[in-house]
Amino acid sequence: MRRWTVLAAFVIVAGSLLLGGARMRPFGAPRHDLMDRYFNAWSQTEAATSNVVTAIVFDYRGYDTLGEATVLFTAVIGVALVLRRLKR
Amino acid sequence: MSVVVRTIARILVPVILAFGGYVILHGHLTPGGGFQGGAVAASAVALLLVAFGAPSLKKLKSPLSVLEDLGGIAFVVLAFLGIGTTFFFNLLAGSGGLFGAASPIGPNAGFLSTGGTVPLMNWAVGFKVLGGLGAVMVLFGLFGGDDDR
Repeated sequence: MRRWTVLAAFVIVAGSLLLGGARMRPFGAPRHDLMDRYFNAWSQTEAATSNVVTAIVFDYRGYDTLGEATVLFTAVIGVALVLRRLKR
Repeated sequence: MSVVVRTIARILVPVILAFGGYVILHGHLTPGGGFQGGAVAASAVALLLVAFGAPSLKKLKSPLSVLEDLGGIAFVVLAFLGIGTTFFFNLLAGSGGLFGAASPIGPNAGFLSTGGTVPLMNWAVGFKVLGGLGAVMVLFGLFGGDDDR
């Protein structure tokens, strides 16, 4: 019984993945490229930045970078907290 | 480590720091940016750690932590500059001041004095990553014990 359950789960998951893979778009071709075209067209005007990736990271998606900075800060605090020398 | 490693480290550390500063400074023009340049500069701390041992870098721990705090504060302050419109609004872009020149439209190599708050944020994040990764590495090195290997 257990074996048949595992087999059914395997068939369902593998079938879904294969079905999804068969219907996948060509590699590297975005289905919705509206934002791509917007960033390419406007990053030099709005952010005055020639590097579109940096314009996205530090201007359009600044919250992401703030979260990354918070993650790094938390990591440093955690390491400093765990590896501190206890005074006794 | 041996004298060969220490001599090579003394030669290479300024070069690594200069390359990290270059990656941060040109973050809004060429591939790279604050995180990448900060990581490159932090590898200089790793080299010092390997070559000279953690106990000799103990006095570097506090300045690196302070550097990370200052970078984080500067990043949030720069984000709050544009609070009149939205958080993270690029207030300095095209304003004419420092980094305020308008970027020429189309494919070009870019000019250094463009980008508004983006280059300043690059520097803030770069110092933050350098301080954070450096402090973590020094802390890990100091944890191993007091023997000087």
